[in-house]
Amino acid sequence: MTINLEAPRKFRPLISQAHQVAMNLLRPNSRKYDLLEHEYPKELDMLAAMIDGLSDSGAASGAGASGVRRDVDSADGSADDSARANVKNGSNLASVLSIMEMCWGDVGLLLSMPRQGLGNSAIASVADPEQHARFDGVWASMAITEPGTGSDSANIATTAVLDGDHYVLNGEKIFVTAGERSDAVVVWATLDKSLGRAAIKSFVVPKGTPGMTVERLEHKLGIRSSDTATIRFVDCRVPRENLLGSPEVDAKQGFAGAMATFDNTRPLVAAMAVGCARASLELTKELLQQAGVVIDYDRPAFTQSAAAATFLQLEADWEAAYLLTLQAAWMADNRRPNSLEASMAKAKAGRSGSDITLRCVELAGSIGYSEHELLEKWSRDSKILDIFEGTQQIQQLIVARRLLGKTSAELK
Amino acid sequence: MALTRTTHGVTSGDNRDPIGYAVAFLNKLASTGALDRFRLRKPAERVVFEATRTGFRTAGNLNRAFARAGKRAGRPSRLPSAGSTGVFDLTPTEDEQMLVDVVAEFAEEMVRPAAADANESCAAPEELLRASLEIGLPMLGVPEDLGGISTERSAMAGTLVAEAIAKGDLGLAVACLAPGAVSTALSLWGNDEQQSTYLPAFTGEDVPAAALALTEPRPLFDPLEPQATAVRDGDDFVLNGVKSLVPRGADAELFVIGARLEGRPALFLVESASPGLEIEAEPSMGLRAAALSRVVLTDVRVGPIGLLGDTDGEAYTECVRLSRLAWCALSLGTAQAMLDYVVPYVNERQAFGEPVSHRQSVAFMVANIGIELQGMRLVTYKAASRAAQGKPFDREVALARRLCAERGMQIGNDGVQLLGGHGFVKEHPVERWYRDLRAIGLVEGGVLV
Repeated sequence: MTINLEAPRKFRPLISQAHQVAMNLLRPNSRKYDLLEHEYPKELDMLAAMIDGLSDSGAASGAGASGVRRDVDSADGSADDSARANVKNGSNLASVLSIMEMCWGDVGLLLSMPRQGLGNSAIASVADPEQHARFDGVWASMAITEPGTGSDSANIATTAVLDGDHYVLNGEKIFVTAGERSDAVVVWATLDKSLGRAAIKSFVVPKGTPGMTVERLEHKLGIRSSDTATIRFVDCRVPRENLLGSPEVDAKQGFAGAMATFDNTRPLVAAMAVGCARASLELTKELLQQAGVVIDYDRPAFTQSAAAATFLQLEADWEAAYLLTLQAAWMADNRRPNSLEASMAKAKAGRSGSDITLRCVELAGSIGYSEHELLEKWSRDSKILDIFEGTQQIQQLIVARRLLGKTSAELK
Repeated sequence: MALTRTTHGVTSGDNRDPIGYAVAFLNKLASTGALDRFRLRKPAERVVFEATRTGFRTAGNLNRAFARAGKRAGRPSRLPSAGSTGVFDLTPTEDEQMLVDVVAEFAEEMVRPAAADANESCAAPEELLRASLEIGLPMLGVPEDLGGISTERSAMAGTLVAEAIAKGDLGLAVACLAPGAVSTALSLWGNDEQQSTYLPAFTGEDVPAAALALTEPRPLFDPLEPQATAVRDGDDFVLNGVKSLVPRGADAELFVIGARLEGRPALFLVESASPGLEIEAEPSMGLRAAALSRVVLTDVRVGPIGLLGDTDGEAYTECVRLSRLAWCALSLGTAQAMLDYVVPYVNERQAFGEPVSHRQSVAFMVANIGIELQGMRLVTYKAASRAAQGKPFDREVALARRLCAERGMQIGNDGVQLLGGHGFVKEHPVERWYRDLRAIGLVEGGVLV
């Protein structure tokens, strides 16, 4: 047991691999798919096949969205420093580190990675063993938000009514990431609105199920390579075995199971923001160097140029966001409740991420603003990371309630 | 030497006109009259400080005889770097945890209760300083074979300890940690002669007050370009210059002074009774319990034993970095104290029929204190662990410093805001922490891990 905040030695190959993929497959395709919004990024299929191959051989160590889990030890046969030290550096930490690299590459393309959808995280977190096996290899997107319901997800109106061996789903979902490209959609619906949040369950709905229609795709500010779908459910019949977890309406447990997914995914979204912002910082540092600005770590910021001093401030915030993200993942790996830390990470990374990417555009001047470089794109991509999966304001609310010891009834 | 200073904060472009002269004359009449008529002569302490601020100086404290020992060319004792585990971990070692527990108890039971009075009197109470020696603070950075308690580079342990004491009070923490800065410097950069001559005092019964003096009094001061100078004269060095914000300067028996030698910054050991060394009180916005002072050097002569470390600026630069790291650590403790204080306050304080903590503007301010504090903490710990492992840490300490200065001050500011009017008065400690936190990112030297 020693305090050490370096990225784990054993993950260096993983990080390096992800970085090479990001550099050589994602970056060369960034501008193309940003412009050709909604065109399917076929290069990712090859990448997905490669990752599947790595997963089968055990080398990928559960990196990515499906790596977030608490109840399964990382099946890593290699010499494990952490096992000796009684401290785990496991699949959660591996996931955030590899996602950081991939998003250093391209956030939109990462979100378009086959079989790495948010629905896969839900399945990983909530499904029973039989469902795990059945949905293995299925690319699942997640459908929660509705036209009238965003942050207050307990208020969703999509219904699921039991009829024989099927649940019948009715409702409309918006902002479904990978909603069109995914093989299945994990849909949040209520068994009975009068029973409140405990009656909200998630259902795996395979594409092709009659009654589910992808109505349209959004045109967006950023992550344009990611398909964001509106999906309508009209008398959509879903086999009852596709309800994830238990169908019991347990007033105490119920909603918590679904929300547990977010404890696991919040660090991942923070990691996306950290990776994207790092791309901006690295390029901006090089551009400033070309302009004759050297960033000196020893001289007081105030004795350096404004550009250097600004850069130091941005890099400091970045470092904080990066380490908060690692902490949240590390706690998950070590089976410690990390709801507070996960929200802290997402709050800091979300707000600093956009602050950094936007300031970098400003620092780089017209080079930052034009489409010749990717800086302007990263400042468009980063904005969503402070919004989806729990907005900045929701994260602050969660942190505040935790620090102040307040319930949601007391602190709104 | 000329020390530029404004007159009552009025800048040089602002001139008196005839009315102004008349008003100034009236002011002079009025203040003398009022004082005598209403017997409002200021209390003795305040007169002293006003007097010292206008240039009254005292000689340095009489220092004990530091009996020369050891050989300049002998092998000094150096702490090895901590090994690198390769594992991401936020758990302190058992030894570190024990230290933190002891120091945390000291902070809560002795430091915090003494803080308000120490702030008023601009001095740390004797019993408290003695107790801080008893828990071994000056020995933290000293190798075991020299009478200390360390077996490897102690930057991480030092960081955790500084954080723990500062949770009691930042000013008193600085007062307690000041001697340790010198003993740590001797351990890190002292040759055999310097270690054998000076360290026994720090690991013995009667530890001297001591101070690491790097800051100089001017805006945009860059510690890598000190204006204090050291000039060779035979085998000796002659020092001239002014250092500011030096903790417990009047009590210190040994200083480490930063000065420019042949174009490069270097560290010098100066005993307090050296002729030409004078101390001036420098009461400041915060850290008042640390009895900050100016050290004025006029042709102060030190022998060859006086040069601490190399002449290439390497030891000096490392000293600056490790000192900055210590300040970051201190800011964590005070920021935590702030968070711990405001939470129960805003939960109890009622307005409009319910606790003010039910308002998002208040709740979010608290949340952001928590978020930024944890960010500051992790960035500081990373710098500390890299320093302990012997890895380059210039980048990490720069980032920690920027963060702790910016976000630390924000926390100080928000802490007062959350208490409203009550935050502004001395009934509560938050106004003191506001004043103390402004020092972060500003002061160089003073403390060291």
